[in-house]
Parts: sequence; structure tokens; C-alpha cells
Amino acid sequence: MAVSLPDNVLVTKLDELASWCRKNSLWPMPFATACCGIELMATGASRHDLARFGAEVFRFSPRQSDLLIVAGRVATKMMPVLQRIWMQMLEPKWCISMGACASTGGVFDTYCVIQGIDRFMPVDMYVPGCPPRPEQLIQSIIDLQEKIQREGTLSGREIDQPERQVLPRALRITKPERGT
Amino acid sequence: MIETPVIDGMKALFPGLAVSEFRGQVRLVAPPDQVHDVLESLKERFGFDFLADVTCVDYLDRPDAPDRFGLVYVLANTKANWRLVVRTHVGGAEPTVPSAVDLWEGANWLEREVWDLFGVRFEGHPDLRRLVLPDAFESHPLRKDYPLRGRGERHNHPFIPRSQS
Repeated sequence: MAVSLPDNVLVTKLDELASWCRKNSLWPMPFATACCGIELMATGASRHDLARFGAEVFRFSPRQSDLLIVAGRVATKMMPVLQRIWMQMLEPKWCISMGACASTGGVFDTYCVIQGIDRFMPVDMYVPGCPPRPEQLIQSIIDLQEKIQREGTLSGREIDQPERQVLPRALRITKPERGT
Repeated sequence: MIETPVIDGMKALFPGLAVSEFRGQVRLVAPPDQVHDVLESLKERFGFDFLADVTCVDYLDRPDAPDRFGLVYVLANTKANWRLVVRTHVGGAEPTVPSAVDLWEGANWLEREVWDLFGVRFEGHPDLRRLVLPDAFESHPLRKDYPLRGRGERHNHPFIPRSQS
């Protein structure tokens, strides 16, 4: 049965509408601890201008943001702080691990640096680089937007799926430390 | 360049003092039981009013070192623009030196840092807690026998999954 609609009326699913809204209004929370933070600032500043992708409003309160960007190495003393900030953020929320240090510990293979934040908290996107260029961070935000559009739901059940929680756990391989 | 009356005066007061010089920097090496008296004399008699740094060197497996830990006190006389390094060596299972907080308040955090990273106790320190590392840390990581990658402290955190955050 053909239904004639005016040109300015669009039919969609409510889930997709919610995802479309969410992906284009990401409010990032910068957790910048090292030189990646400089590139993060450059990404937000006028030359690269993250505002073009709907992620303009950097918020320095976890209560007001929904994208945590971990930029830089995380020391063991800092990890409880980072976890508390992540817990303070409201759903829906996502996490970008920016740079080699946040993702793997980078060159800091020492006693006091976390060897990848995904050992202790969920991560949605990894950005390689030391530090990554602003273009790479923008690309990761575009990829995250695609991910949000693809699997986002109004009820957030994609976040509650058990298989999404298995993935970071599988990375928690504790092999015997060399040199001990 | 530090004036010779200081060195001669200190030598007269403490016969056990060894004096050496490297690139214009004068260094006094004192036995650990005398180091507090040496520091006090330098402050009271020779006007060393500023303690610039307290740090430590681990001489593990160095047979030429007198003892395992070399404490380093860097002093300054801000009126005469003199600088002087006082050193002492301690060892044993619980290396201990007298605290210098009663002479210079600034020694408080410097000695806490040395305790944190080297495990050298400072007798008489008012508040000898760790300064930089977490309170739950158990080792002293700048000791030479501590492994570079640690003893698993960096993996000792709970994992927070999606469903719990």
C-alpha cells in the first residue's frame, strides 16, 4: 500500500533516531596526562576544529560528558582516579584510548605505568600513534560515530551485552614478568 | 668556590671528616652517627641556611663503596653564595640516619621521598609516610635489586566491566 508523505517527513526507527542524536552530540571529557593531551587540544582548536564533527563541547566534569578520551600514560596511582571518573560518567558513555601509552603502556614498560587501560576498564576505540595526529583522533571519533549509529539502541542494551564485556577481559593475560 | 675557613673549621671540629673536591664542588663525607652534628655545625656556625636537596644513591654490588646507600645533602649559604655537599653511607637491613627536619623544615618532604624510593629511615622525622607512590606500595623501587617492571603492582587493580560502570 503506497502511502504518500510530504517531502519533509522521514520515517525511521526510534533507535536510529536516538543513535543519530547521540553520535552527533558527543561531549568529550579529556583525561590528558601527557603529550597526547597537546594533540587533543590541537584537535579541539581552530585549525582541526572538532566542532565540525559534533564533538565540540569539551567538558571538564564527568557528570556532563559522554566520551572519555584518555590521552597519555596512566600511572598506577592514577588508575583509581581514572576509574572513578569513568564510573561518574552517565550512560550512554564511550571511551577512546588515545595513543600508544594509554593503549599499551608504550615505551613506559616500568613498575608504575599501567600497560593498557583496557586491562581495568572498557575501551571502545584505540588510536595508535606516539602521539597520534589530530586527524587520527578525528578519524577515531568518526569511527566511533559509525559504531554508535550501527549498534546504538534507545535502551542501551548493546552496552549491556555480555560478549562486549568478554573482550577486554581476554586482554588481561597475566604472563610472568620478565626480569623478576 | 667555597671559602677554606669553612673546610678548615669543620675539619677541626670533626676529625673524622673526609674532604674531596670535584669540578669546584666541595664534598664532606661524614660517618652516619656524626652527620647530624656536621649539618648542625654547618647551619649554626657557617651560615648554611638552605637545604637544597636530600637524595640517595644505591651502591649495590659496588665493592669500592663504604656501605650500600650514599645519602647526599646539598646545602647552600644564600648570603655568601656557597654550596656544599655532605655525604654519608648507611647499610644493613634497615638503613637509618638521623632526620634533619629539626634543622631545616624543607627536609620533611625530601626525606619522605628518599624513604619512599630507597627505604632509608630517618630517625626523628615527624611524619615519615610515602610521598609519591601509593600508600599500599610495599617496595622501594629505586633500589638496584628492585626489578624494572616491578613485582606486579601495576596489574593490581580491579577490572570494571561495562555492566558495573
